[in-house]
Amino acid sequence: MTDRIKKLREQSLNAVNRISAERALLITEFYKTGIDREVSAPVLRAMAFEYILNHKFICINEDELIVGERGPSPKATPTYPEINLHSLEDLEILDKRKKVSFKVDEETRKSYRDKIIPYWKGKSNRDWIMRAMTPEWIEAYTAGLFTEFQEQRAPGHTVCGSKIYRKGMLDLINDVNQARAALDFMNDPNAYDLDEELKGMEIAAGALISYAKRHAEKLKELADQEQNPLRKKELLEMEGVCRNVPSHAPKTFHEALQYYWFVHLGVITEMNPWDSFNPGRLDQHLYPFYKKETEEGSLTKEKATELLESFWVKFNNHPAPPKVGITAEESNTYTDFCLINLGGVKSDGSDAVNELSFLILDVIEEMRILQPSSMVQISRKNPDKFIQRALQIIKTGFGQPSCFNTDSIVQELVRQGKAIEDARNGGASGCVEAGAFGTESYILTGYFNIPKILEITLNDGTDPRTGKKIGIDTGPAESFSSFEELMNAFTLQMNHFINIKIRGNRVIEKLFAERMPVPFLSLLIDDCIANGKDYNAGGTRYNSSYIQGVGLGTITDCLTALKYHVFDKKTIKMKGMLKALRQNFEDFDEFRYELIFNTPKYGNDDDYADEQAKRVFDIYFNAIDGKPTARGGKFRINLLPTTCHVYFGSVINALPDGRKACEPVSEGISPVQGADHNGPTAVLKSAAKIDHLRTGGTLLNQKFTPSFFEDSESIEKLISLIRSYFRMDGHHIQFNVVSADTLRDAQKHPEKYRDLIVRVAGYSDYFNDLGEDLQNEIIKRTEQKGI
Amino acid sequence: MRKIALDRKRYNVLEITGEWMTVEEVIHRSMEDVLFYEESGGGVTLSGGEPMEQIQFLVELLQKLKEQAIHTAIDTCGFTSRENLKKILPYTDLFLYDLKLMDEAKHIKYTGVSNKKILENLIFLSRQKKKIIIRFPVIPDITDTEKNVTAMIRFIGEMPVRIKEIDLLPYHSIGKQKYARLHKPFQLSGLPDMKKNELLDMKKRFESTGLFVKIGG
Repeated sequence: MTDRIKKLREQSLNAVNRISAERALLITEFYKTGIDREVSAPVLRAMAFEYILNHKFICINEDELIVGERGPSPKATPTYPEINLHSLEDLEILDKRKKVSFKVDEETRKSYRDKIIPYWKGKSNRDWIMRAMTPEWIEAYTAGLFTEFQEQRAPGHTVCGSKIYRKGMLDLINDVNQARAALDFMNDPNAYDLDEELKGMEIAAGALISYAKRHAEKLKELADQEQNPLRKKELLEMEGVCRNVPSHAPKTFHEALQYYWFVHLGVITEMNPWDSFNPGRLDQHLYPFYKKETEEGSLTKEKATELLESFWVKFNNHPAPPKVGITAEESNTYTDFCLINLGGVKSDGSDAVNELSFLILDVIEEMRILQPSSMVQISRKNPDKFIQRALQIIKTGFGQPSCFNTDSIVQELVRQGKAIEDARNGGASGCVEAGAFGTESYILTGYFNIPKILEITLNDGTDPRTGKKIGIDTGPAESFSSFEELMNAFTLQMNHFINIKIRGNRVIEKLFAERMPVPFLSLLIDDCIANGKDYNAGGTRYNSSYIQGVGLGTITDCLTALKYHVFDKKTIKMKGMLKALRQNFEDFDEFRYELIFNTPKYGNDDDYADEQAKRVFDIYFNAIDGKPTARGGKFRINLLPTTCHVYFGSVINALPDGRKACEPVSEGISPVQGADHNGPTAVLKSAAKIDHLRTGGTLLNQKFTPSFFEDSESIEKLISLIRSYFRMDGHHIQFNVVSADTLRDAQKHPEKYRDLIVRVAGYSDYFNDLGEDLQNEIIKRTEQKGI
Repeated sequence: MRKIALDRKRYNVLEITGEWMTVEEVIHRSMEDVLFYEESGGGVTLSGGEPMEQIQFLVELLQKLKEQAIHTAIDTCGFTSRENLKKILPYTDLFLYDLKLMDEAKHIKYTGVSNKKILENLIFLSRQKKKIIIRFPVIPDITDTEKNVTAMIRFIGEMPVRIKEIDLLPYHSIGKQKYARLHKPFQLSGLPDMKKNELLDMKKRFESTGLFVKIGG
């Protein structure tokens, strides 16, 4: 690591996460001119985008090579009042909360109090959404049946493809103009709307060009003042880069990185999309530049490494824009989920691993920072030594990279109707979500609380925590004379709440399409320009909306316990089980012992339990997959929790698997914490019994202690383990390598563990930033002492 | 007796460690992990106790495992009849063979039996060209003496067909608890566990004779 990178890294780690009111003030100023009553939505949003980029502070940090910050300085995080307006109480909470805090200074507070809140109160997109939701939706949402991503963030959730490495903004403007010229105003009833969208796109493209120019100008100023001749030369080089990109396609490795970075800033300045943005298959996009320049001698391996590490620090400077309330608990982290993909296959299906894949792995290992996230795509076409290298980094325990099954991802996408080349050019982003990079809008709409459905079922449609009847009538649980009757009731309640969620999603989708188009993002993802339609309105080649199921392990164990004890072995009557749950197992200690230690559990390769996992999967799948979205796409499922398994657990009372009230439910498709006791091979076999290929992603966590990795043999064993799981079509697996003792110590002495990063669920995070519930939950996750 | 704590209550559970199984049941369990054997080049290892003490069961089981094309390994101390060894020979791919003490008197003192049969059986297995890994439990002042190591090296060097690999097993006292549970005295209670790096010199010695040496395993 060069001294420069050490310095930039240190600066990034030490920067304080704070709220910057800059963007909020600019956008308020802009809207106050009344222009929103004079132009169409896409043109308005593009002009707002332009206004912000033309007026925001240009921050250039000392010694950096890649320039551009989201806010006025590293970790100064903008807000988006037009999407979600923070109240003064919200700001107070953000400032004071112990975990994932954002400092709010007096000036920011005043801006909010005097300018931002008065203008936006009642006008933010969130207000529109909440006004449009039915009372049923609000009740289900409040009860914790599901969460809603878009109530505080824009849809987003997509990844950049290869387009920007071939086309500059000027080329895209050309494409836009061609599309405009091709519109048929005489016969096409949509011609005006398409034209307005395309106009917006052109304005947005121009805005990014002038943003880059502002950087070029500032760099020249700095160069003029610079005493150090080496740095002066660098600054002038960087000025040159900022004049070439993003106007034109990048000609060098450096230009490619800077171009992507400007585009990234553009996407996250226009709106606050969930999962920010992502360069995707970085080793593929950069390789032609790397190869050419290292061969002709204009780039060395060391310089490429330094540029990449400078690029890496930029992501770490951008915490996810702060959330509050339910959305905060479902994902309370600074991580903005930019998941860089390495490896996989090329569009022709061949092995995509190249020299740069290994170089970037070196960068990941050396930088050891929270963001960006990273993963390796493993295909049967990729060599073992690629996995081996990844495992050597995983072994160091900071939670990256995670491991994905390319061959499953391609099949998942093709099943959904994608062309095979588009599928192969894709990968996984966010936590584990599969997508066709550069061509798909695959929006996550929120998490769904599967175990809570069982609770509602056992209470004939009532939520026992509030006494409110929010489900449908399915009969008192005592009246079920067979397990089948219980499952029928469960299915009915599931369908009822899924439909509420879907109905809400479709309205929210419409609101974004009409009120909050994203003409800048639409430039980047095909086929928006050709279609003249916005990313949020179905302009992309493929459109999917996901509902993420949470708690598969828990629900499986619960249904298994009910079948085993109430219906098969008849150890207890349903009435007795319900009593035990109502009393939170008070006076039922022996029974609880039975439930935990003498009942079949998911994660042990025991078909008795695993059958229920398959069953629930099918119910969930059938309720969602293939249903139409409002923008012309389809609903799909995936199974991942981020941190929502903690929130969802907090709104459920005791459950039949022995879980006490308010404890977290299981995460991803992993077994309930501590329920697996037959070793990792059994866990993988259980996890592989559900049909991964019918999802858009599943998440499996496995914990190993560092002592397991002392052998070089163990790395070989893990390669076999991964290959075996992937042979069974498993979608993803990630390894947490810390000892429980270390974690317990970190709870007692956080000051000694400030750099301790652990894998949470699809991303890594600082252990210190996690809430205590989540910390305890991670400790509890099963440690595997050895295969 | 297993002690389990749940909600500040303690449960004492009397368990038999292990369960009775038929050959079919063992085969069934083994087949569940076939995928992992294939990917890793692994298989089923029969250990114990001493697997040769259940010779009938062992032969039947090994036969059935080979019918399923599963790789088989036997972990044995070698104290068994030649007849028994011949029975399992055709169905065993790998022998993990214990060597403790080369001197017969010392062997009787510490194990209760002579090592003659053990050494002869090893020569026999080597002649059959079976893959063998020697397992050498290294116990301070008992098996790690200069005399014992020298004798062992010589003995291994004289095998009719070369033995290629040896595992040095550093002494540990994990077994102490078993003695307590059986209410038997543990006679080495003063001896500290060995660390892996204490065996580095010994590793070099064995390696210099051309053996591939693993510590632990």
